[in-house]
Amino acid sequence: MAQGRTLYDKLIDAHLVRRLDDRDGPGAEVLLYIDRTVLNEYTSPQAFSGLREAGRQVWRPSAALAVVDHVNPTAPNRVAAMPDAGGARQVAYFAENCRDFGIELLDVLNPLQGIEHVVAPELGFILPGMVVAAGDSHTTTYGALGALGFGIGTSDIEHYLATQTLRYRRMRRMRVSLDGILPAGVTAKDAVMALIRLIGASGATGYAVEFAGSGIAALSVEGRMTVCNMAVECGARGVVMAPDAAVFDDLRGRPRAPKGAAWDAAVADWSRLRSDPDAVFDREVTLSAAEIEPLVTWGTSPDQAAAIGDVVPDPSAEPEGARRRDMARALAYMDLTPGTALSSVPIQRAFIGSCTNARLSDLREAATVLRGRRIAEGVRGMVVPGSSSVRRAAEAEGLDRIFREAGFEWRQSGCSLCLAMNDDVLAPGERCASSTNRNFEGRQGTGGRTHLMSPAMVAAAAVAGHLTDVRRFGREN
Amino acid sequence: MEPFTTVSGPAAALPAANIDTDVIMPKQFLKGIDRRGLDRGAFHDLRFDETGAARPGFILNRPEWAAARFLVVGPNFGCGSSREHAVWGLLQLGIRAILGTSFAGIFADNAANNGLLLISLNEEALAAFARRAADPGGNGLTADLAAQCITACDGFEATFTITPSRKDALLRGLDAIGATLDHAAEIRAFEARHLAAQPWLA
Repeated sequence: MAQGRTLYDKLIDAHLVRRLDDRDGPGAEVLLYIDRTVLNEYTSPQAFSGLREAGRQVWRPSAALAVVDHVNPTAPNRVAAMPDAGGARQVAYFAENCRDFGIELLDVLNPLQGIEHVVAPELGFILPGMVVAAGDSHTTTYGALGALGFGIGTSDIEHYLATQTLRYRRMRRMRVSLDGILPAGVTAKDAVMALIRLIGASGATGYAVEFAGSGIAALSVEGRMTVCNMAVECGARGVVMAPDAAVFDDLRGRPRAPKGAAWDAAVADWSRLRSDPDAVFDREVTLSAAEIEPLVTWGTSPDQAAAIGDVVPDPSAEPEGARRRDMARALAYMDLTPGTALSSVPIQRAFIGSCTNARLSDLREAATVLRGRRIAEGVRGMVVPGSSSVRRAAEAEGLDRIFREAGFEWRQSGCSLCLAMNDDVLAPGERCASSTNRNFEGRQGTGGRTHLMSPAMVAAAAVAGHLTDVRRFGREN
Repeated sequence: MEPFTTVSGPAAALPAANIDTDVIMPKQFLKGIDRRGLDRGAFHDLRFDETGAARPGFILNRPEWAAARFLVVGPNFGCGSSREHAVWGLLQLGIRAILGTSFAGIFADNAANNGLLLISLNEEALAAFARRAADPGGNGLTADLAAQCITACDGFEATFTITPSRKDALLRGLDAIGATLDHAAEIRAFEARHLAAQPWLA
């Protein structure tokens, strides 16, 4: 009897137009049909220019959605004009490309605008069983909906636009099982940060990752998006989760989701999207949810993280020379001394935002911490909702008031300080508690220092004025 | 893209692990709508100080390595953001091939699509090339893609593997889109079946 197949392999097989070599399994090159893409203003321009120069058309314009998110300001008063010449040029060319090639555009004044990985699921643009490739590494987010999502560069955006396909190399398969229920105060963000710390920043390089287990099933769909989103930080080249009733409930009634009889047929089809019981993975990793604690990063790579109750690690205790050198370099950049309690590290900035952690449930968790409290003297706090729709929904339940009364700025949507392509930037030396996904050198501003953590942990740090354990927060303050 | 056949020149070592694409091409260079001017951006914050002056200690600012055609890098080079600007900038800086033990996935695809050769070696071979790259008098390398061989100027050499299709595309500087559109009829037929079976995808 044939070996069972993984969900990843089923999705690849279901999208295989033709084989491009005579190999099977990981490494084999295939021509892969791609169902959907989402475009942004900064990774797409050269792809459209390539089409124009070659006189090529977009194969299927309705399968693309364009969203302005990376370069736009997030100041409370929205205007169409970008404040800098480069951003203005990108936004103008984006609009021109969408118009000329017939692609739907959500520009900065559109009430549905937001971060692409928040907006596309909100619209029901991403459905289970799809293969979605897009010009942003965090396209892995869509795994939470039972779609295979992965990021591509600009040359492959152009290839996709011209052909609706990619020349794709099959990945090895990894299953990550989260067993058990996360303790109180521990979030999906902590779970994925625990995975990255465990297997390292390249632990899943060359793999497509399927997340599974009772801990994943217990997460909300938004929490699952956080997990899938950030899995790219351990190198996952594609992420998927088997869709379940929670996903179907989440999708039902969304604008682009099927309706009526088509909905019933779709759900019947989607319910079969799972790995066979006897499917074999090239690597299995198990995380015990009960053992996960709130984590913060101390270095300049997402795998350089520790429990909030720990101290800054000592490079001299690291036996391996290259790792020791990298740790020392990271601590020098972060201006941290080995042995310092992480919960004593002071911050000047607190940022709640990004495609990882700026959905409604994230804002609710942060607001719960902030209710009736004020952020510390000398800390600037910013909330940048994941989309304009999230912003309105949060306002409808009064979250904006809680953030404002706590001293946070309540801003418009965009990628913002996660990668600082707009005017939201850290000053050199500023230290930020951040609900984002990358603590790279200079990521949030040249010389800026980023500590990654969950939105609730950011809120707690903002009030305390230093990194702190959200679980003990009420008693400390 | 420019075909890759045989390339010779100096190699520079950048041994840190996890050098990400934010470091390779910082955000202030991502505001273009074309591929130009990215040589200035490559490793910008490592190469230049706040005033724009070259940092004399950075390897690519030192005269023996200023004309580097090769980098010898630590594990997981190119991780993080999908920005292809990182690859464009490296090429514009003169880098044609990178030696390492592992490369991040999107970066590797971007490199292949632009004729930047990534050479994966085991740790021992990489360390041997890293030692030579650090020697200002002996940092010259030659990469021969057809022979799948990388040779140092003292004769030390290693072979490397590369998938046949990727090798062929690099050697010929192929237009991947043109090659794929040769299968347009097949794509159309697949699409018709695919959307008929799952009409909610249309």
